[in-house]
Amino acid sequence: MKGWMGKFRALTLFGSLALLLSGCGQENLSALIPKGYGAEKSLDLIILTAIIMLFVLLIVMLVYITVLVRFRKKKGQKDFIPKQVEGNKTLETIWTVIPILLLIIIAVPTVAATFDLADESGAKDKLNVEVTGNQYWWHFNYKGQEIQTSQDLYIPTGEKVYLNMKSSDVIHSFWVPAISGKMDVNPENENTMFIKANEEGVYYGKCAELCGPSHALMDFKIIAVSPEEFDQWVKDMQNVDPKAVAEGETAKQGQTLFEESNCMGCHAIGSSPVQVGPNLTNFGERTRIAGILDHNKENLISWIMNPDSIKPGNKMDGKYPELSRDEASKIADYLLQLKPSSITAEDAGK
Amino acid sequence: MREVKVVSNAATHKRGFGAVLWDYLTTVDHKKIAHLYLFSGGFFFLMGGIEAMLIRIQLIKPNSEFLSNGLYNEVLTMHGTTMIFLAAMPLIFALMNAAVPLQIGARDVAFPFINSLGFWLFLFGGLILNCSWFLGGAPDAGWTAYAPLSTTSPGHGVDFYVIGLQIAGAGTLIGGINFLVTIVNMRAPGMTYMRMPLFTWSVFITSILILFAFPALTVGLFLLMFERMFGAGFFDASLGGNAIIWEHLFWIFGHPEVYILILPLFGLFSDLFSTFSKKRLFGYTAMVFATMLIAFLGFMVWAHHMFTVGLGPVANSIFAIATMAIAVPTGIKIFNWLATMWGGQITINSAMLWALGFIPTFTLGGMTGVMVASVVADYQYHDSYFVVAHFHYVIVGGTIFGIFAGLHYWWPKMFGRILHEGMGKLTFWTFLIGFHLTFFIQHFLGLMGMPRRYSTYLPNQGLDLGNLISTIGAFFMAFAVIVFVINVFYTAAKGEKAPADPWDGRTLEWATASPPAHYNFKQVPLVRGLDPLWIEKTEGKGKLTPSEPLGDIHMPNASILPFVMSLGLFIAGFGFIYQVDDKGWLAVVFIGMAITLGSMLIRSLKDDLGHHITKEELEREAD
Ligand code: HEM
Ligand SMILES: [Cu+2]
Repeated sequence: MKGWMGKFRALTLFGSLALLLSGCGQENLSALIPKGYGAEKSLDLIILTAIIMLFVLLIVMLVYITVLVRFRKKKGQKDFIPKQVEGNKTLETIWTVIPILLLIIIAVPTVAATFDLADESGAKDKLNVEVTGNQYWWHFNYKGQEIQTSQDLYIPTGEKVYLNMKSSDVIHSFWVPAISGKMDVNPENENTMFIKANEEGVYYGKCAELCGPSHALMDFKIIAVSPEEFDQWVKDMQNVDPKAVAEGETAKQGQTLFEESNCMGCHAIGSSPVQVGPNLTNFGERTRIAGILDHNKENLISWIMNPDSIKPGNKMDGKYPELSRDEASKIADYLLQLKPSSITAEDAGK
Repeated sequence: MREVKVVSNAATHKRGFGAVLWDYLTTVDHKKIAHLYLFSGGFFFLMGGIEAMLIRIQLIKPNSEFLSNGLYNEVLTMHGTTMIFLAAMPLIFALMNAAVPLQIGARDVAFPFINSLGFWLFLFGGLILNCSWFLGGAPDAGWTAYAPLSTTSPGHGVDFYVIGLQIAGAGTLIGGINFLVTIVNMRAPGMTYMRMPLFTWSVFITSILILFAFPALTVGLFLLMFERMFGAGFFDASLGGNAIIWEHLFWIFGHPEVYILILPLFGLFSDLFSTFSKKRLFGYTAMVFATMLIAFLGFMVWAHHMFTVGLGPVANSIFAIATMAIAVPTGIKIFNWLATMWGGQITINSAMLWALGFIPTFTLGGMTGVMVASVVADYQYHDSYFVVAHFHYVIVGGTIFGIFAGLHYWWPKMFGRILHEGMGKLTFWTFLIGFHLTFFIQHFLGLMGMPRRYSTYLPNQGLDLGNLISTIGAFFMAFAVIVFVINVFYTAAKGEKAPADPWDGRTLEWATASPPAHYNFKQVPLVRGLDPLWIEKTEGKGKLTPSEPLGDIHMPNASILPFVMSLGLFIAGFGFIYQVDDKGWLAVVFIGMAITLGSMLIRSLKDDLGHHITKEELEREAD
């Protein structure tokens, strides 16, 4: 089976090329330009089924056009009464049996791929990350590593990473099209899937199950770096000192304000498992603010001052005393300093 | 004689507005109930269309602020809910009511009173749902209302959803039962099952689907209602409940529902291809069994909406294969339709255009259906714009094209006038172009990473152009629908008067006047084979052989009770919704239920034996 799946790889290439030429799809987002194991499996099946179905469509259209050209009542044609045909056993058998055969061609690799992607036998020896979906952000707990992050998920390339996913509120769905198909994140049970990125890169992730007003804003990123860089990142993250004092006058004041204003009630810095709000340990290295805004001070200040105007319905709103712009700016200075690792999204190449 | 004429041709004779209104409020005549379904379904179709336009305008460019995120979810939810429950369903019921009793040579339906009750329940359910717009916000958890989003959604939006659909769903259920019994019991002599027109066949099978599928919805909605109003916790994981149960219940109803939406139109297309090609349907028996098979499989595949829920590879594989299997009977149908036209003499008018447009469009939708059934591929498609494209190709390409086809085909029978051909063709072409412009590109948007139900998307993700094109297409469709509405008014005022049999039809409905007298057939016909009218025409008679001598006809009396019963539930519905805030509202529950139960009591106690149209009156009627 490998052999002819290989041919479909070639077609995959051809297909995505055609799409690129027509200007469709962004490299780190599109399911048509796979950069991970699951996405490749999906695309193989997408292309296989599309080809078979286009073949069926072609036949239907050929007959359809022939019928319309040949048997349409032409202008001035006399009325006649066509022969009243009851049916035709042979023809009807043909168009029953051929579709069955085509479906078998689709069904076999489908089932094989389904079991392949559900295989969890190697999970114990690999990196396991506990993923929690929240309205409207993502929490990542690297099991056994004492590392907690939010929004940006760092993974090593070329290795299977197992995700154990659960929701803290409503149903969400974890989707990084370029890396893998989606998996729902349910409140009552843990779903497991593995992902494997082939290349370094920053991949866009989205929540795919309607989860409230800010559903469309529940973006996250997978940052795939080389295994060596990943090991370095892990070390850096493990050596974070959450109590380290910020540098610079405003940032120092910001740190005090952060602690005094009840921010710590929901957020944590370091590996403590507070999960009401995103863990901010490596906030300074994040790719986006709140998953969607460009990562700069201006945006951070607006977020702190009025999160609800940016992500309606999120749970940060109104949970701390009102801050002046100046205070928010100081806190921003502090947060943007949280850069524990030299490995950042830039190392992922893009 | 006067009497009879006036009653039967109410719509075409000039009478006072009050009298016409009262006539429609009390009617139990299936032909007038068809009008009621048509106009209220049409109204909701326009509402759903406006909501669709709002969605598309919002998505015309990235980061647009035309609708707020919360409002977007309300519009989205109402669009889906309205289109499925309040537009497509009733429009299908309109066609069923207009055609089925005539096609089987019946004077009436089995339960005329129930038939009217079904309509009023649907209408009042739909009205409750739409009242939510004015009473603090519409439901916002999607038409699928997945828990716990639906159970925790603030405000009363989802309560309106629960109560509105519960009432409308009851209407659909009893409407379906009525047609089931009608088709079993009321067929004219000689109309064996294997002589029924395909439209009737598919309505019969659809009614069975309704009978089994809607109770699942009823149960689901009850649980949701108890959860929201009384904190029952069926779907709340923190109380030991399970949110996935809702998904199962919803789709055990929801999947058959999409076949409820499509099968009647499959039947209609069969009739159309055969009529306008002047040929009998190719492979009639295969068509009937294919319909049954589709219906049966339709019940077995609900979990293909749940491939990403985490049911595991075994369940996913089984449901994938069962789903793919549906492609076989569907394929049989497509090829049999083509074979029906093969060798015929095809007339192309606006009704036939919709049928012809259906074939490639629906084939594309079916194709993507098989693609979606391929589990691992679906991990990418699911809840993305690919799926939005897929289901619009089947629902619009099948159901809506079918409804337009059916309306152009049966309009003369329903209203005695023929819809304007030029406007009909303009509607068709602009709709067809707009449709493909809107939805074809969405397949790619989905694969390029656009999830479904997104109130906005970010710039520079490669999604801008596709969304812009999609919105432009939507405007074409809106234009098409406006032309159709103009056509309806134009036809009512100036349309060409229709003869009894404008299309050289093959089935019994074309043997009656356009519109038919309110007793349908003066003498119930004797059916001697498939396509009974065609048989009589080819044998040179052109008239049906009666199966009985002319005699008195028994007809049911009109009644206001169905309207009042539904009104009672409508009132009680508000009580149920608001009693959470203030127990005083329980009084409204009691008042409403008293009205409903009271009218049920009257109905049970009062003898209502109907009336007779005497033989003498009938003899004086012209043919
Ligand atoms: C004027 C033509 C129409 C347009 C432009 C249109 C457009 C849309 C759009 C943009 C969505 C939202 C996709 C998303 O973000 O998930 C949607 C959803 C939907 N549409 Fe349509 N639509 C049209 C007609 C119809 C019709 C005729 C039906 C059914 C009879 C229908 C049924 C649905 C359903 C069930 C949903 C899903 C709603 C939900 O996810 O809660 N649409 N439509
Ligand atoms: Cu979400």
